[in-house]
Amino acid sequence: MAEAGPRVGGRSASFASIVARRMLKNPFALWGGAVVVLLFLVAALAHFISPYDPSAVDTGIILRPPGAGHWLGTDELGRDVLSRMIYGARISLMVGFVSIGIATVIGVIIGAVSGYYGGMTDEIMMRFVDVMLTFPVFFLILAVIAILEPNIVNVMIVIGLTGWMGVARLVRAEFLSIKERDFVVAVRSIGQRDALIIFKHILPNAMAPVLVSATLGVAGAILTESALSFLGIGVQPPTPSWGSILTEGKNYIEFAWWLSLFPGLAILFTVLGYNLLGEALRDALDARIN
Amino acid sequence: MASYLLKRVAMMLPLMVGITVITFAVIHLAPGEPIDKMTDLNPKISAQAKQKMREMYHLDKPLPVQYALWFERFVRLDFGNSFSPDNRPVLGKIMERMPVTLFINVSSLAVIFLLAIPLGVISATRPRSMFDRATTLFVFVGFSTPGFWLSLLAMIFFGVQLGWLPISGIRSIDFRELSSWEKFLDYLRHLTLPILLSSLTSLTFLSRITRQNMLEVIRQDYITTARAKGCSEYSVVFHHALRNALLPIVTIIGLSVPALIGGSVIFETVFSIPGMGMLFYESVMARDYPLVMGILVIGASLTLVGNLLADLSYALADPRIRYG
Repeated sequence: MAEAGPRVGGRSASFASIVARRMLKNPFALWGGAVVVLLFLVAALAHFISPYDPSAVDTGIILRPPGAGHWLGTDELGRDVLSRMIYGARISLMVGFVSIGIATVIGVIIGAVSGYYGGMTDEIMMRFVDVMLTFPVFFLILAVIAILEPNIVNVMIVIGLTGWMGVARLVRAEFLSIKERDFVVAVRSIGQRDALIIFKHILPNAMAPVLVSATLGVAGAILTESALSFLGIGVQPPTPSWGSILTEGKNYIEFAWWLSLFPGLAILFTVLGYNLLGEALRDALDARIN
Repeated sequence: MASYLLKRVAMMLPLMVGITVITFAVIHLAPGEPIDKMTDLNPKISAQAKQKMREMYHLDKPLPVQYALWFERFVRLDFGNSFSPDNRPVLGKIMERMPVTLFINVSSLAVIFLLAIPLGVISATRPRSMFDRATTLFVFVGFSTPGFWLSLLAMIFFGVQLGWLPISGIRSIDFRELSSWEKFLDYLRHLTLPILLSSLTSLTFLSRITRQNMLEVIRQDYITTARAKGCSEYSVVFHHALRNALLPIVTIIGLSVPALIGGSVIFETVFSIPGMGMLFYESVMARDYPLVMGILVIGASLTLVGNLLADLSYALADPRIRYG
């Protein structure tokens, strides 16, 4: 992640190489990174590696336990669980990235404007953040999706619209301190436009904590999507999502344990991967630790 | 302290207004009108009757007027009547479901507080020890586990396989014949799994924060001073360090209230507990808008109260605020 470009968070290249070196030395980063890369590959190659069509119904082999032919068993319609989980990885990945993308863009804009302009603008925006933070977010998500229509697009949008507050606060705090620095005063004194100062000069220097929070945010979004699908208002059948496989398996849990165990483990390991990566990134970007 | 309390409570008023605005906006995102579900599917309702209903719910007026009317009733704690067949007042329906949810959440907070802080402190005093590594692993796995999934597994293991605990509801069939003490035990047996499981995420998160705070505090000069003047390690950790490391944790516990309340939807649905979370799920699925709005506002208000309590305990613990 951090080693992708020559400049991380606008700092010098040497900082990027320090971050990269710290990441490579951290077992958390390696494990987390491995899980994330593996998941990307599975999602990208789903069409090639999945042994069966994920929605191919075969009533002759319903609720077959894991074994040869169907490594992770079959579900109540005789569909191959492994194939459904491989395609489910796509949903998790998409929800994670799109919703956190939305949340990050909103959070960065609100935080940047708030921190840069200060005063009344800041006051109003931060009170709005406070109000949003008092809602039990899961209630809000549930209400909006059920009112609109449960489908994957709405799930991604609503998770994004209810998840930007933390980013906004982070970015605002960074802006408050960076805008007083000499280089900002300098570009301002030559009459640069505000938008240019905000996005070109200050924002790159404020991205480090955003990167950490976005990585951890992907983990949270995947959990939220699976919980929504579990409650039946997330991704709708027949699209396979890890959460919805769990819901369908719930009714057979006493004798078809594989329907409940494997998708749960997939969620657990994916979320764990992003959390480990995010924590490692936080440590690596922390200038105080040498 | 009194002036701090006054200021703090006054700050809640604009937030309360904001909460009602957002709740109102969320409900009016819906395409069509809130009464459509009652009118469109009912062939007996004439256009005239529908118009009458629109007038009754003020749907014929512009949105800001509708909001003002709703807000005025809200101030009198009148959330209107449920759209469900029983047509009962929303507030009554919520109030009868609230105690069990509050009981679970307050118990979870107690479990979180009692387990997370010792875990974090012990990890921080022995960094990189076996215990620290094991706790770190537990923290990451716990934080990444989907609660509803773990609940299912726990239900099957402790409820079905071992038969130790009941798997759904909050009381047994023979509840009426039990003595008060047995009734209490019966509730407790039903609520053990939901309480433990709903505390897991915040517990792991909080023990991590405690560890980080303790590590930071322990590096401070006054800790070196305390050690230099010959304090025992116990006194250094528990009297000097923990007190200061705890301050931010109090605030974070306050901030975890919305997550706990939000999580109640999941745990109450899995364990069939008739609380506020389950009521919310039912009301959302039935598009019972007055009830949805009522629960959103009350859920957010509970968070406000939680944050207020957290800030007050912070103020009590921190002399800079107490005497400020």
